[in-house]
Amino acid sequence: MLSYDDLKPGTELEPRTYRATRVDLIKYAGASGDFNIIHWNERVAKSVGLPNVIAHGMYTMAQAGRYLTELAGGDPGAVMEFSVRFSAMVVVPDDDQGATIEVAGTVAEQLDGNRVAIDLTARSDGNKVLQRTRAVIKLPS
Amino acid sequence: MPLNPDYVGRTYESARPYEVSRVKIAEFAAAIGEQSSYCFDEDAARQAGYPDVIAPPTFAIVISTANTAHVVTDPGLGLNYSRVVHGEQAFEHSRPVHAGDRVLATTTIEQIKPLKRHTSMTMRTDLVTVDGEHICTARNTLVERGE
Repeated sequence: MLSYDDLKPGTELEPRTYRATRVDLIKYAGASGDFNIIHWNERVAKSVGLPNVIAHGMYTMAQAGRYLTELAGGDPGAVMEFSVRFSAMVVVPDDDQGATIEVAGTVAEQLDGNRVAIDLTARSDGNKVLQRTRAVIKLPS
Repeated sequence: MPLNPDYVGRTYESARPYEVSRVKIAEFAAAIGEQSSYCFDEDAARQAGYPDVIAPPTFAIVISTANTAHVVTDPGLGLNYSRVVHGEQAFEHSRPVHAGDRVLATTTIEQIKPLKRHTSMTMRTDLVTVDGEHICTARNTLVERGE
């Protein structure tokens, strides 16, 4: 587990890869209450000009949230601030692999109270899917 | 139809509290693939100092969306929801949401901004317990794509 003292500004954190399959999006729709049809119906998604079914932006943000929880030693309560801009779609094909979302982080700043500001990147299929993504997490000293 | 700029500053309050259950937290955590025992096992969460299982940080969207749904469907606002994409999202937590919380949401339209072809709208939703304890402030920017 990372500690506050190790995380000097500029430290690059190990990237991790997360997955989005069709069934993941269906589960997310049910759990979140966001049943927008473009997240589960290929026919309708294509009819409105999308390349295929796309993931909920909040599903992608949630994967970046898992990355932060893992950095904090498995404590989701360590994530105090978290902001993103959705900059590209995560396109989810109808196969067993689905889409991948690669998340990486760099320490931006050490703050008081054992808090660390982290800048994140998230990519899928070569596109930056999250921009201006910053979080503040609280770590043990 | 453009968004009605007179709606900036308008506030919407939830009619009744959102009651956070262990089952809902576990369902949401499982749906995003979160594996932290603090979301599923109340003993593990208590040992870590929390009163009960805690929600992943983006769970606050579930509670805030229950309230912003009233905003985006307000006919006077003039939002065409079929042309809306999620532009930005931010959460500032005073503490994590935990099972047993009874949460009131207050949403304010902070900004309506014409862009080149599109229009953006930023809403701020404060999530506070029925006892007045602040849990989270969520900011949600929607973009209505132009015709």
